Amino acid sequence: MQCPKCRGNMRTYERNGVHIEQCDNCRGIFLDYGELETLTRMESQYHAAPPPAPGPAWGAPHGAPHGGHYGHHRGQRSWVGMLFST
Amino acid sequence: MALEEELAGIAGAYGGTGDLVRHPTRTDVVVLRRGEVVVKAHSVRDEVESLRPRLRAAASAALSGLMLAPLDPEVLTVAGRAVTVWPAGRPVSQDDPDAAPWEEGARLLARLHAVPLTLLPALPAAGGPARAARAVRRMPGDGPVEQLVRRAFSELPEPEPGPGLLTHGDWHLGQLVCRDRWLLIDVDDLGIGDPAWDLARPAAWYAAGLLDPVVWDRFLGAYLASGGPALGRGDDPWQWLDLPARALTVQLAAVAVLNAEREHRELDEVEHSLVESCNRIVRA
Repeated sequence: MQCPKCRGNMRTYERNGVHIEQCDNCRGIFLDYGELETLTRMESQYHAAPPPAPGPAWGAPHGAPHGGHYGHHRGQRSWVGMLFST
Repeated sequence: MALEEELAGIAGAYGGTGDLVRHPTRTDVVVLRRGEVVVKAHSVRDEVESLRPRLRAAASAALSGLMLAPLDPEVLTVAGRAVTVWPAGRPVSQDDPDAAPWEEGARLLARLHAVPLTLLPALPAAGGPARAARAVRRMPGDGPVEQLVRRAFSELPEPEPGPGLLTHGDWHLGQLVCRDRWLLIDVDDLGIGDPAWDLARPAAWYAAGLLDPVVWDRFLGAYLASGGPALGRGDDPWQWLDLPARALTVQLAAVAVLNAEREHRELDEVEHSLVESCNRIVRA
């Protein structure tokens, strides 16, 4: 395939299911129909992906990042005792 | 009572005046405050020969600004008990644990772990691993909860041998006092060990779902930002925290069972989360 802009030779690449042609001469990129939408969708998924829950495999499932359920034992005697003693 | 009177006399000899206040602490330890002086009678279980270099380390210039320095770098003996003398400091308020100096504690641990051992007297092993084993041994009874905790302990993997660093050995929020600035206290378990054990108690609380992840991030982030050497250079601190956090979970669960037994009551919700954590550990 020839580049529609400079008539250079176009090379085909396949990355994560997206099919693109790039011109060896002017480096211009040609996208097939629908591929721009695919790229846009992948980009938004990348940015929205939650970070992997940091912690051990045996850790308690944590709720939302600012999980409301940490308040309920906040003043409990055994919890405060544990924070401050051996 | 005779011990308390002798301790009061020692506090007076080091400049402490006024009424005697007994600090709540472990049953085998006596801590008395008189004015600006605190006198501690150590557990009869503790070896004096291990305490001596630990106390001298706390008195050394290398730990100045990190650990509270004793008023006397030598261990005294009173009624057969090892006694140490300290300046009084302000402890962390128990009213609002979220507002506790978590970051300051983490920064102090990071700096403690980085102290070159060549600047210190020869120290014994840090007390962390022995504490976990002792807590499990002291647990009474043989019900399903005790069996679970013992099983979680017996299945802990062997630690990988690594270079030992200076380690506090028993860190929690009660191990900070403020005198102009925050300082670490309690030399009883200070020694050479895997410094990840000092971060393992908060890690265990976090993994049990007890410590707010936001607070855990503050603590861990401050440790890493201060260049603390316990967690390697990789991007997964749990690679280093996993084993000590398992051990501390088991230790905390064993202590909870022991406390409930002493007070003739069932485990409460907080204590039960630690047992649930043990359950997840044996299934992991």
